[in-house]
Amino acid sequence: MKNDVYPYQIVLFEGNGAADLASDRRRQVTRSLLDKGYSVTRVAEDGVRGVSRPSEKIPMLVLGDFEGKAPEVTSTETHIDIQTEDITGLSVETILELVEKKRESEGQVLNSPGQQGAWKPWFPVIDYDRCTNCMQCLSFCLFDVYGVDDEKQIQVQNNDNCKTNCPACSRVCPEVAIMFPKYSSGPINGAEVADSDVAREKMKVDITSLLGGDIYASLRTRSEKAKSRFSKERSPDKALNERKRCLTKLQQSGIIPAEVLAELDLESLPSPDEIQRKAAEFAKMQEEMENS
Amino acid sequence: MSDTKSRILYCRCAFAQVVPKSTKDEVLDRLCESGQSFDTVSDLCEMAARKDPRLHDLLEGEEPVQIVACYHRAVKWLFHNTGADFPEDKVEVLNMREESADEICEKILK
Ligand code: SF4
Ligand code: SF4
Repeated sequence: MKNDVYPYQIVLFEGNGAADLASDRRRQVTRSLLDKGYSVTRVAEDGVRGVSRPSEKIPMLVLGDFEGKAPEVTSTETHIDIQTEDITGLSVETILELVEKKRESEGQVLNSPGQQGAWKPWFPVIDYDRCTNCMQCLSFCLFDVYGVDDEKQIQVQNNDNCKTNCPACSRVCPEVAIMFPKYSSGPINGAEVADSDVAREKMKVDITSLLGGDIYASLRTRSEKAKSRFSKERSPDKALNERKRCLTKLQQSGIIPAEVLAELDLESLPSPDEIQRKAAEFAKMQEEMENS
Repeated sequence: MSDTKSRILYCRCAFAQVVPKSTKDEVLDRLCESGQSFDTVSDLCEMAARKDPRLHDLLEGEEPVQIVACYHRAVKWLFHNTGADFPEDKVEVLNMREESADEICEKILK
């Protein structure tokens, strides 16, 4: 599960008991480790300010020029793993190999940028200073990224379901409250929202009309009025055609980038049953909210 | 911001090319050349997505925190995603997408 992966914590220790690393070596080690996906803390003479506490899930590897005497570190908290390694005289490459070996021996998985199968952290981030809890995003996203908490407030629940580079729901949010920090331009990337952005969003919204009676809207009506008729009427072919039509509309609207749509395999979309279940849940939730 | 030395968190944004490379390289190089302690992470978005407890820890202490990453609004709500409080009076966000390395280093290297 992607969400159980935590970057391995490396500490470059240059405090009491260790010599300073040459600044070029420090720079190269830090940069290389970060680009591979590790977290790196430097502890300088000025103290341990800055060191995150290790935790059970995240072991810590302390590297330093200890001149042959890597100290033993025992944590005051139990079950916490702090290892130390002397890197005196080791080249940058050897240090990187040492870290990789240690990580593997710890059984720590690393999400490494550029590696095949790595997960690009792409998911919606809600600005609750702007969000009005209208649920347009929840109703729009086909991949169950959104849900609600116990207080029925919208939240991002399954961030790794989000389709990489798809900023679609940020475009349907009437309040410009959805950000994708890795998006190229503002305000979707988190830049301040200008009045003109809000006006633009307000003009274009209503996704139902945009999709010409979108999947959810039609399913909601059907599930409310004719739950039993639904499954008989809906052949797999018809469902697939409906999705194709919907995707073509989305493409024409420019809301989902063409390259994202091209990667979307129709089969990877939720099944008609799943869509129906979600639409029914959503309708029920809206009813509850209206009555509360 | 007070004169107390801040904790510094630098984000490498390693999974995307949206932060100018020259800015993020220069800020990191100058941090490494300084005598200061600091934390660096490969990708703040990744850690926020996983509700990494280290992000919580970072904001829990007494001392002010300077986060060198991207837009304030994005960073604030990424932290919120982890369940961490984001005390505006204690946290300063420096934006490598908009500010120059010189402007940022002037604020973090004391
Ligand atoms: S569409 Fe925007 S305003 Fe509506 S619930 Fe989603 S984030 Fe909030
Ligand atoms: S970007 Fe696309 S896949 Fe991701 S949450 Fe929004 S609509 Fe769903």
